[in-house]
Amino acid sequence: MAERNGMVERRGAGLWLTHLGLIVGIAFIFFPIWLAFVASTVEQQDIVRPPMPLLPGDQFFANYARALTSGVNAPVSTMLLNSLVMAVGIALGKIAISLLSAFAIVYFRFPGRRLFFWLIFLTLMLPVEVRIVPTYEVIANFGMLNSYQGLILPLIASATATFLFRQFFMTVPDELAEAARVDGAKPMRFFFDILLPMSRTNIAALFVILFIYGWNQYLWPLLITTDPEMNTIVMGIKQMFPSGDDIADWPVIMATSLLAMVPPVLVVVGMQRLFVRGLVESEK
Amino acid sequence: MEKRVKFKGIWLPILLVLPQILITAVFFFYPAGQAIWQSLFIPDPFGLSMQWVGLGNFEFLLSDRYYRASFVTTAVFSILVTVVSMGVALYLAVLADRLVRGSGTYRTLLIWPYAVAPAVAGVLWLFMFNTRVGVVTWYLGLLGYDWNHVLNEGEAMGLVVIASAWGRISYNFLFFLAGLQAIPRSVIEAAAIDGAHFWTRFRTIVFPLLSPTTFFLLVVNIIYSFFETFGVIHTITSGGPQQATTILVYKVYSDGFVGQDLGSSAAQSVILLAIVSLLTVVQFKYIERRVHY
Repeated sequence: MAERNGMVERRGAGLWLTHLGLIVGIAFIFFPIWLAFVASTVEQQDIVRPPMPLLPGDQFFANYARALTSGVNAPVSTMLLNSLVMAVGIALGKIAISLLSAFAIVYFRFPGRRLFFWLIFLTLMLPVEVRIVPTYEVIANFGMLNSYQGLILPLIASATATFLFRQFFMTVPDELAEAARVDGAKPMRFFFDILLPMSRTNIAALFVILFIYGWNQYLWPLLITTDPEMNTIVMGIKQMFPSGDDIADWPVIMATSLLAMVPPVLVVVGMQRLFVRGLVESEK
Repeated sequence: MEKRVKFKGIWLPILLVLPQILITAVFFFYPAGQAIWQSLFIPDPFGLSMQWVGLGNFEFLLSDRYYRASFVTTAVFSILVTVVSMGVALYLAVLADRLVRGSGTYRTLLIWPYAVAPAVAGVLWLFMFNTRVGVVTWYLGLLGYDWNHVLNEGEAMGLVVIASAWGRISYNFLFFLAGLQAIPRSVIEAAAIDGAHFWTRFRTIVFPLLSPTTFFLLVVNIIYSFFETFGVIHTITSGGPQQATTILVYKVYSDGFVGQDLGSSAAQSVILLAIVSLLTVVQFKYIERRVHY
């Protein structure tokens, strides 16, 4: 860091201004979340008679317990479980099928390999939002509405991860595969004993990104989970607002919003290095 | 690029790619094909049969006042979201980059809103600006400003833009900070010795050197505001008032699922598809260029 300690860094007043600017920015980013947290710790009366307090109240346990056990349409604990299954299912499913097909593309010659490669490439272009209506029909025909398979399968039908693993496998020295072949090791043996352990960091980084992607899905669960018991937490929040003129149960809704943020935020902050790596890699 | 060493066998690799082939065929290519196919038909009023209309759905869309309005809305929305989130992120990244110590702490503090789902961000901002109980609404009222995004189109747009940009700041901040830290200090110090002040240095050296990052973020943010902001719009405004915040993706949803107009919705999907493909091509072209930068 010594060479960064040059003449262009501000000192004294300038340094404080820099910190001040950053703190203002952070305050702007934190404020909505702070307010949601405060709202999740007070009573409904404190909120519906504005202005609401800006410091937490004493209803933290009461509100969160109410949200988790009864919620509005379905207990939030059920929605948390649904989100967890969906996010982990998407992350693991996509990583598994992508590892296998990237291995096949890089380490084998087989008929249709080029065609397969280009088909995969096409899927990079189309987010699920573009093909929602027909995809919905497919899921309905399979009887997969309100099911975990229905939540997971359409979202692993893309090849971003295949590309990442292909790129990574290309950097693995040829000598390793050569040695394995000379030793008479079967391809799958090479895959499990050498390639997979070498890919550990990439897999973990990708898991972080895909977990957040799956957890934060909104439109897809909104379409296919009509049963409140199958709602994911991120899409379930909006369902907690009453239709018409009734007043929303703000403390429970805000408690649910915070609960919806905690798992992905923990993943990002806890695995910051992997996360940054995964982000940069997956956008290359 | 090819590997020198290949394993033998034909059935094993086919077996390995089979899961991905099956899933993408059923859940990707078939629905995408259906979208294109359906866009050429209109269902009869009883939903019993489909009538071939060729490009009729597209002609109708392009002459439809609401669809054209949605195009303009999408353009305004995505430009605003991109400019606001990239602007704030660049400002914070430049500040963090000036610090010798502590930029890591700020990075940790700024990184995590990335994990907040757009739909959750929507609920948070809706709560602050709620017409009945919102804190910001109340304080604005004290200042004599009557905030009502349920009725006022401009305010509705402003709110969905802020909520969408807010969650995007951390992503842009990360890439800008990485870009800034990759600029050699010696170049900047040389300019400083020549007497260039901060703003001059930024304008003539830092910003041009940062342009690959900026361009990349521009494309990525536009794609983001096209698609992933659906949750924000749906939670805050549901496209209203008077369709003032109905962006293209929202219209695909509201025409297809709420209005049950499958032909039109499919045609809209195809148009969106073309736009995304175009953006992706731009992005790939650019990335190829970056390799030689």
